[in-house]
Amino acid sequence: MTDAPLEGELLSPAPRAPETAVAAPPGAFRRRALAAGQHLLGGGSTVAAVVPLFALLGMLAILFSEALPAIRYNGWGFFSSNAWVPGNTYAGSVRTGGVLHPLGAHYGAAALITGTIESSVIALVVGLPIAVGAAILLVERLPRRLAAGIGLCLELLAGVPSAVIGLWGVLSFGPWLAHHLYPALSHIPLGIFRGGYNSAGQGLLAGGLVLAAMIIPIIAATTRDLLRQVPDVTKEGALALGMTETEAFFAVQARWVRVGVIGAAVLGLGRALGETIAIALVSGSAIQYAGNIFSAMTTIAATMVSQLDAAQADPSGLEVKALAECALVLLVITLVVNIVARMLTRRAARGAALPVGAGF
Amino acid sequence: MTTTTAGITPPAIQHDKPIARARRVRNGAWWAGCTLALLLVVAPVVWILEGVVEHAVAGWKWDVLWTTSTGIGGGLANAIVGTFVIMIGVALVAGSLGIGAGIYLVEFSHPGIVQTVLRSATEILAGVPSIVFGYCGYLALVIGLHWGFSLLPAVIVLSLLVTPYVSKSTELALGQVPVANREGGEALGMRKTYVLRRVVFRAALPGILTGLIIALAISAGETAPLIYTAGFSNLYPSGALIHSQVGYLTYAAYAFYDEPSATAQALSRDASLLLVLLVLALILSARLAVRVTQRFSPNRSASRPRRGRRRGAVDGAAAVR
Repeated sequence: MTDAPLEGELLSPAPRAPETAVAAPPGAFRRRALAAGQHLLGGGSTVAAVVPLFALLGMLAILFSEALPAIRYNGWGFFSSNAWVPGNTYAGSVRTGGVLHPLGAHYGAAALITGTIESSVIALVVGLPIAVGAAILLVERLPRRLAAGIGLCLELLAGVPSAVIGLWGVLSFGPWLAHHLYPALSHIPLGIFRGGYNSAGQGLLAGGLVLAAMIIPIIAATTRDLLRQVPDVTKEGALALGMTETEAFFAVQARWVRVGVIGAAVLGLGRALGETIAIALVSGSAIQYAGNIFSAMTTIAATMVSQLDAAQADPSGLEVKALAECALVLLVITLVVNIVARMLTRRAARGAALPVGAGF
Repeated sequence: MTTTTAGITPPAIQHDKPIARARRVRNGAWWAGCTLALLLVVAPVVWILEGVVEHAVAGWKWDVLWTTSTGIGGGLANAIVGTFVIMIGVALVAGSLGIGAGIYLVEFSHPGIVQTVLRSATEILAGVPSIVFGYCGYLALVIGLHWGFSLLPAVIVLSLLVTPYVSKSTELALGQVPVANREGGEALGMRKTYVLRRVVFRAALPGILTGLIIALAISAGETAPLIYTAGFSNLYPSGALIHSQVGYLTYAAYAFYDEPSATAQALSRDASLLLVLLVLALILSARLAVRVTQRFSPNRSASRPRRGRRRGAVDGAAAVR
């Protein structure tokens, strides 16, 4: 395996020819050392390449085995109930069905799961058109230097720690929403816009919008890279037929980039589903179904952070296992989303290696 | 109105017919929409930066940089040092894992089921939420192996988290080195490892370096996995790998923001500013690294021709780049 001929090698029948032909220069010891070095590199890199696979399988195995007592204790109620009650952790633990648990403990994750999906869907619905529109303008209209500057903006938005974005959401964006956007929205005569909101603006919509800001760089950068790969002749052909730029876009560019953009959007969805700290700060952290678009809610990931202290205080250790079950559910959801995205983007071109527009 | 020899009048171009006007209006609305979208992308960036700077500068004290935090105030020196210690650990572990994995995928494996599975696993790993990494690290290392909240689990978990990025960029960078360069080396009788070291790596260095720096930026900005593995400490990192909690900036930004004490709240704003500056410095250094290594690379052309080739020779639109 280590002596594999290079990809596209023309001289593959005799890749070792130089060693036998030019026998003299390196001494036997040096030659053996060189060969050992090659085997070492080949072996070491093989080990490194296997690590991600084992990490993935290992995480699934750890979460499943740790969550097993909670799965047995919660049953299907985990997916149908929305009450998360750690129980009386000061009293002694009791044993039910072979599982040690605090008295009155009950773990239902339905509200967490719906909250996760709702906030991510809002993020995608808001973020996708903005990201794609921005990418189109960036590629088709803006001069190169300006486009590079905005590329830096995208990288910065992708790179700013989620804790900082969450703080911005709590300190600046949320209050702004509560003062300017929410009063306007509450006039819309639809059920989801009926309800009170707090002055910090924390809630479902704020969470979704902050998530949108976090997935925009991923989608925008991928779309930009894909649009740049559309050959100009095809666009020029469409324009020469008398189409407006808009019509040409839908006739030509949209068809070139469609699959890749959908893939990037699904990847962004995966990112939004797993986002933790920002949503923990902006969501209002209430384990309940969001009755309207302003109401406080939470997600699986945010609950896992906010319940850490409570879980450690549980002498029976069951809440730790219940959180492991949450993590398992989150992992499975994101795995499915990512595999779908991967199937969609398999044939789309691969962009830069940055997390922005990486296409993976 | 021109008349052709056959006496047929061609239809005049009717600019003012409603259809033409509708098309023009639609085109204008489309570009207006795109412009609005771009503004909506840039606005949060500016707003976040402005907010971070404004909140931090208002109560900025320089001694934040060299005093350690107490529960209710103090400085951020312990968190700054902790963040850098964690980043060094991640650079070592994720650097070797990621670059190794990239080398294997490009240089030592053949297209086939094994390569596909390993590559897919790497890419799917990149999509796993960081909190899941953190919780697995907590279950397996912090509780399972009784290491407690400490440096080693934090570095292991963060390294696994960012390895896919390093691996991917290594893979892309190695793949962009022209086959002719390698064949040239092999034709001179070089060993494969020698070709790798002297020919391929030099050309691929900018890409590999960029991936590594981006990985560092991610690890500096993560909070969720560290809460579950590193804990937090008001003291400088003790140097112990296990059984010793480590402080880091993102925790200060996240957890101190609604403390009852105003000095603790100020620390949260200061930590945000430091984090943004750190990330900005890393992004800029990634760009700088690409420029510098390209300038001093022995084969400057090696890392470049791909760009032109990928765009297709026909379009000739260097203007877009």
